[in-house]
Amino acid sequence: MTAVTNRAGRTGGGRAVLAVLRAREVGILVLIGFVVLITTVKNSHFVEANSVQQMLSGAALFALLGVGETLVIITRNVDLSVGSVLGLSAYVVGYMFKYHHIPVWSGFLIGTLVGVAAGVVNGLIVTVLRVPSLVVTLGMLYVIRGIDGVIVNGDQIDPASIPNSFTAVGYRTFLGIPWLAIIVTVVVAIVGYAMRSFRASRELYAIGSNPDAAALAGIPIGRRVFSAFLISGTLAGFAGALFLALHTQINNNGGVGYELIVVTAVVVGGVAIFGGSGSVVGAALGALLLNVINQALVAGRISAFWNQAIAGALLLAAIAFDRWLSLRVTRSLQSAEGAHHEL
Amino acid sequence: MTSAVAEITFTAAEMKGFIFRPARGTNAVTEAAPTLVLTQATKSFGPVLALADGSITLYPGEAHALLGENGAGKSTLVKILGGVYRPDAGSLELGGRAVEFTGPSDAVTAGLAIIYQEPSLFPDLSVAENIFMGRQPVGAGRRIDRRGMNRAAHDIFRRLGVALDPGRPARGLSVADQQIVEIAKALSMAARVVVMDEPTAALTTVEVLRLFEVITTLRAEGVAVLFISHRLEEVFACCQRVTIMRDGRFVRTAPVEELTIDDIIRSMVGRDLEALFPKTATVPGDVVLEVDGLARHGAFSDISFTVRAGEIVALAGLVGAGRSEVARAVFGVDRRDAGSVRVAGRALPNGDARAAMAAGVALVPEDRRQQGLVMELGIDQNVALASLRRLSRGGLLFRAGERRLAATWTSRLRVKYGRLRNPVLTLSGGNQQKVVLGKWLARGPKLLIVDEPTRGIDVGTKAEVHRILDELVAGGLAVLMISSELPEVLGMADRVLVLREGRLTAELSRAQADENTIMRAATGQDPELAA
Repeated sequence: MTAVTNRAGRTGGGRAVLAVLRAREVGILVLIGFVVLITTVKNSHFVEANSVQQMLSGAALFALLGVGETLVIITRNVDLSVGSVLGLSAYVVGYMFKYHHIPVWSGFLIGTLVGVAAGVVNGLIVTVLRVPSLVVTLGMLYVIRGIDGVIVNGDQIDPASIPNSFTAVGYRTFLGIPWLAIIVTVVVAIVGYAMRSFRASRELYAIGSNPDAAALAGIPIGRRVFSAFLISGTLAGFAGALFLALHTQINNNGGVGYELIVVTAVVVGGVAIFGGSGSVVGAALGALLLNVINQALVAGRISAFWNQAIAGALLLAAIAFDRWLSLRVTRSLQSAEGAHHEL
Repeated sequence: MTSAVAEITFTAAEMKGFIFRPARGTNAVTEAAPTLVLTQATKSFGPVLALADGSITLYPGEAHALLGENGAGKSTLVKILGGVYRPDAGSLELGGRAVEFTGPSDAVTAGLAIIYQEPSLFPDLSVAENIFMGRQPVGAGRRIDRRGMNRAAHDIFRRLGVALDPGRPARGLSVADQQIVEIAKALSMAARVVVMDEPTAALTTVEVLRLFEVITTLRAEGVAVLFISHRLEEVFACCQRVTIMRDGRFVRTAPVEELTIDDIIRSMVGRDLEALFPKTATVPGDVVLEVDGLARHGAFSDISFTVRAGEIVALAGLVGAGRSEVARAVFGVDRRDAGSVRVAGRALPNGDARAAMAAGVALVPEDRRQQGLVMELGIDQNVALASLRRLSRGGLLFRAGERRLAATWTSRLRVKYGRLRNPVLTLSGGNQQKVVLGKWLARGPKLLIVDEPTRGIDVGTKAEVHRILDELVAGGLAVLMISSELPEVLGMADRVLVLREGRLTAELSRAQADENTIMRAATGQDPELAA
């Protein structure tokens, strides 16, 4: 107890550990560069402006969903309804354009509101009725898809029904970068910053890290978890409007299966599936990586079936790596222990 | 929440201005008005009445001990103070005003800091964030001021005299360090009441002394400290008044000078207690465990000793000296880097706990919640857990068999329970420990390794565990016991091995061992200086 000696060394150790943890984002960037490089060698069209833009726009939607999903997963929950929410939102926006000729800006507002509604329902059932989120959002996945089917009723929204200035958001670029990618980057930057800097967001991590301790610390768990679902729903609704702008047509199966891709991207991006750690930047990069691989396979004329196998393998690798890393970190922290126990 | 609570809320500016609350109102210490009065609080869970009459009065500047056996209602009372449970009846007054807590955050806002028995940290977050969660210092735009937060955490640690890096994650902290973070959390709240539910259970003697200094400082600042400990000598060392509870009821409150240890124990158990440390004289038999030159890189080296049938050998030393690590390597949970372990003459393979179990070794770990019990499973299933192979018929398990085995051992060990199929988490700490013991004894071991066998157990059950160990040893069992409690080591052990920084520094016979010799070997210094 008298020894305050080993401080410097231990602080250094702590920094090194943090550096390793943060290197997850770097690691994914390296992996993306690697895939791009190899694919370019095989097919030089891969890095043409057009296909890069296409890739970024596609990844942007998943990254946006990934931001909301990250918030939910950090609290030790999951939101499986994001794909259905996106699909419903996209159709509702298209419907309003086609049959009610609403102004362009209100398209984004309506899409977002659809998401808000879904987020409120998810959040209320999880926090008030205390049903596990896996079950709640799995149920909502089907309920929303069903409602979507009833509303759509065989209808199809075509590009002709959508105002040009709305679809412009999907194809316009700024300095060669698609608007979609810029919008999502801004969202990622804002949420990423907020997740580090505010009490409420740190409490999300606390809830996922140790729910019992979070309750004892007086954290309003219900309110925080509700907010996470609300944000996830809101972003999924907004992503629905962007989906329509990008793809310019929609029927009743927009966004089918997106939820699992999003969860995969988030976990590959370093968000712990049992909550407590991870960043939205990592999740967004995870989404980008999956998309790059997807496009690389197309460019390399490799069967699309490989895409799923690779995404799955990546997920397993990410989880195995996290497990290994956490064991290593725990061990190194324990061996750094003891210094101050010695007299 | 009543208006009274709102009135004593700290503003953000106040929180930023000071970490440690100066005496709130200059007359805080001198005025005779109590800080906290809990009157006849009751709480039941279904048909179980956990607290029948929880009453306690705390004055500013006093350290007040709350004593009682496990199951006496102390933890329930603490959780009522912490806003975790809402009492069914009774009243709580703070600073003369009635308050009602609807949740833990109300208690925090009202200036009550609680250190719970089980450390409750966020493993993924930094130590500093653990301390300030929900109350992080904020700068412009309500952003968290990380630098300020780390500095504040550092200041608290310096005040506690410990060297913990505020920036490191809480994951991987030892139990003692976790407890220190909990204490730091309470200090950071600038509370006017600090409740410590067994803060010393995982601490070494030196750390306990440091904690006492902190309590003294808190008292000087007018804070009321409610101190719960099963170590009565600590109560006499640092408390002014004592409240004793039994069976969920208030028994008496008295100044500590007016009480003797015997008085306290009589009030706690409601009957005269036989000696705390029964010790039957036995003649040690054959060597059961023979450890030679055992080493594990970074943990301990060159450890050699024997344990004979019919004797208790204690491993003493400070936390972090490598006692548990030696036990784990002997049992084979951890691999050894050098040396050999022989049980009844046969060498044990390295890193093979299954072989150790087959050879008749049983290990009762320190952390029974995480390593010894499956809290959600029934008492019967937990007792049977280490004997499944023997109990299974054609690969199938039958609950009746488990229950028979459990019935035998729970009655031999006098476990107090409702029904055998109840989950063990419904039992008190002492009874949980007995279930862990029963689980391993059911295998009929030759060598029993027990790590802190009575940690966090009340005096009454403690004596029972000691009696059980004594009976087993008299029956020819060899016991290797790790304990941080010197009275337990001195009272129970036939021989004492002292470890310091991973090395064996002394082997003392029962006659040679006393507090002086053990502390000297454990610290490598004169104990007076160490304190």
